[in-house]
Amino acid sequence: MSAVNKNINDKDIQVILGTLLRAGVIISMTIVLIGGIIFLIHNKGVITDYKVFKPELAKFSSIAAIFKGLLTFHGDAIVQFGILMLIFTPVARIIFAIFSFLIERDYLYVLIGLIILAIITISLNGGLAH
Amino acid sequence: MSVLLFTIIVLFGAFLAGLLGSLTGLGGGVIIIPLLTLALGVDIHYAIGASIVSVIATSSGSAAAYVKEGITNIRIGMFLEIATTVGAICGAIVAVYLNANYIAIIFGCILIFSAIMTLKKKVDHTTLDHTDKWAKFFRLNGSYPDKGVDHQYAVKHVPAGFLMMLFAGTLSGLLGIGSGALKVIAMDNIMRLPFKVSTTTSNFMMGVTAAASAIVYLHRGQIDPGIAMPVCIGVLTGATVGSKVLLKAKTDKLKIVFAIVVTFLAIQMIYKGISGL
Repeated sequence: MSAVNKNINDKDIQVILGTLLRAGVIISMTIVLIGGIIFLIHNKGVITDYKVFKPELAKFSSIAAIFKGLLTFHGDAIVQFGILMLIFTPVARIIFAIFSFLIERDYLYVLIGLIILAIITISLNGGLAH
Repeated sequence: MSVLLFTIIVLFGAFLAGLLGSLTGLGGGVIIIPLLTLALGVDIHYAIGASIVSVIATSSGSAAAYVKEGITNIRIGMFLEIATTVGAICGAIVAVYLNANYIAIIFGCILIFSAIMTLKKKVDHTTLDHTDKWAKFFRLNGSYPDKGVDHQYAVKHVPAGFLMMLFAGTLSGLLGIGSGALKVIAMDNIMRLPFKVSTTTSNFMMGVTAAASAIVYLHRGQIDPGIAMPVCIGVLTGATVGSKVLLKAKTDKLKIVFAIVVTFLAIQMIYKGISGL
């Protein structure tokens, strides 16, 4: 009986996980598309230069900077916000998995999920990039 | 070049990269990076940042379908994600300090290796030998549905597979690619998983792995909205179309042609890297 219950649980989790991933991709890519159109309308004639990597010119290289930029409604800030949402889609998936393993009382995998989350949090520390 | 023209060219190229990447199983990242660097003269750091974003988009999109079908082994995926995320962050940090020419050379070598891997005949290594202690402890053994029948499988050599994943994650973070070829080796050849499970689970892991290194790239300023926008929209659209065509088309000949093209690109990247040293 408990095995059957667990199977149903696993199946439910799979469906919700799949939906979460798809929704994350669709929403974030829509934001990227909208931001991209606004960006092109305002900047279409500007000359691009990506020949040399100039990190000091990057306008939105932190989460705080992206949110600040978002308030100005600039196209590139909206694109970058969409990209940020896309990056956090798999992270949301991990958080969801932790909760679902908690419901299943599979504490080993709750721990594994938390470890992955901790690793990603470490990468959020901008200091690593400098 | 004006922003509009640049966006249109990259959009078109990224569509093609996504389409071919999904038809051959190589992934869009390995094609869009040479395209941006060789054809458009974009610095490889920007190309990598844009590519990693497209990896998240395509892998999450297709993972959604596989997870629902119940083929993906979520436990194996999460267990190995510990290795791939640690590797990805290390790779992304190393990439920051590494000269663009060295990155180009390493990229070229991995490109040739991936091309060879797509041509190699796959040998089924699956086993029902449930003796691996690690697999038992982490409850990695499982089953997957195929045409209504449940197929059981057992997992072997967990520590070796874990180490290989650490390496795959490092390359993913260093080069901005999904490094699916390496992940599949770790899971097929070392851990003895069935193809269907290894390819879908590798795909499932790619999103989290890429997210870990994308965050480092973002802070470093390597993700430029002007490049990332056409790249991720183009690759995702191409990959979506590709996965629809894939069900009907025979890809054997396409794989050979494509492997030749990819090898040519790889040699160009290695040459460019060496001559720039």
